[in-house]
Amino acid sequence: MARALINVPAKAKRGEVIEIKTMISHTMETGFRPDSTGRPIPRDIISELVCKYNGEEIFRAELFPAIAANPFLTFFTVATESGTLGFEWTGDNGFSASESVNITVE
Amino acid sequence: MIAAAALFVTALFGAAVANAAEVPLAERKSGYEFMARETRAMQDDDTANPAMFSVLDGETLWQRKDGAVAKSCADCHDDARTSMKGVAARYPAFDAALGRPIDLEQRVNVCRAEKQQATPFAFESKELLALAAYIGNQSRGLPIDIADDERTRPFLQTGREMFIQRQGQLNLSCAQCHDDNWGQKLAGAPIPQGHPTGYPIYRLDWQTLGSLQRRLRNCLFGMRAVSYPYGASELVDLELYLMWRARGMPVETPAVRP
Repeated sequence: MARALINVPAKAKRGEVIEIKTMISHTMETGFRPDSTGRPIPRDIISELVCKYNGEEIFRAELFPAIAANPFLTFFTVATESGTLGFEWTGDNGFSASESVNITVE
Repeated sequence: MIAAAALFVTALFGAAVANAAEVPLAERKSGYEFMARETRAMQDDDTANPAMFSVLDGETLWQRKDGAVAKSCADCHDDARTSMKGVAARYPAFDAALGRPIDLEQRVNVCRAEKQQATPFAFESKELLALAAYIGNQSRGLPIDIADDERTRPFLQTGREMFIQRQGQLNLSCAQCHDDNWGQKLAGAPIPQGHPTGYPIYRLDWQTLGSLQRRLRNCLFGMRAVSYPYGASELVDLELYLMWRARGMPVETPAVRP
């Protein structure tokens, strides 16, 4: 199971722009590198991150082989109501990971 | 004639050694201070520092029962947050049984072999680095405190000799870069003073965590010198000297480096 680290303010004012920082442990193997015997190491990357705010999609990113290991993505949203931010990563070889954090909006 | 030549070489070498002035204590800088703002930001924020994944893995491993006696690290050492505080700042440390200093990774493996009766982890394995990062993290902010006594002194001396010894096809010594030319550029990258304050580090170049021995082997490869195998006494002596050279500087583990 991949580990993910999410940094979202626990509390925010209504209408405030908040920064969301996400990082997930993954090798992001490009598929272009040879191993010690010269054969290419098969591609193994995360291809997508979707973020949902109380079930509604607010952010989606496609990832490609040039992205470094342990992809770190930050983005912004407007704090509208208290609830949950859900994150879902999917990738090669059936990779799937999810994480969620709570936010209180007052 | 040969004797005279030898004497001349000795005199030259002696002069070279005398030139390699050590960095004065007050002017020492961590590699952190040579980094770009963005890389510093990665290290400063635990949710942006990819090495924290290994620290979390290390925390899990600390609790995992292993070996023939099914013991975990925590069974003997309890909570690492208290028992391991300041420990990494004292390593490499003298091991009485082996009669020489060993580094933190070797200490973990000695513990595994003797106390857990488990197979030691391979050098640079994910598990060993994770435990070293977790243990090292407990000393974050504490000053490096290497014992300088009659037991460690001969090894400190060997390490220092290795540091100032020219070696490899490029005929370079560690001191030529890290004592004499720190702050200058080498192929566009700043030359740091070479203080191992944050090992194991997450090196962006490696895209993963790596030990000080890996870094030293990397440097030796760059100097086109003999790369000693992992765990070699030469590497540990050099580690010991470098940590002593960085005495008093705060531990940053797990650091991020470019």
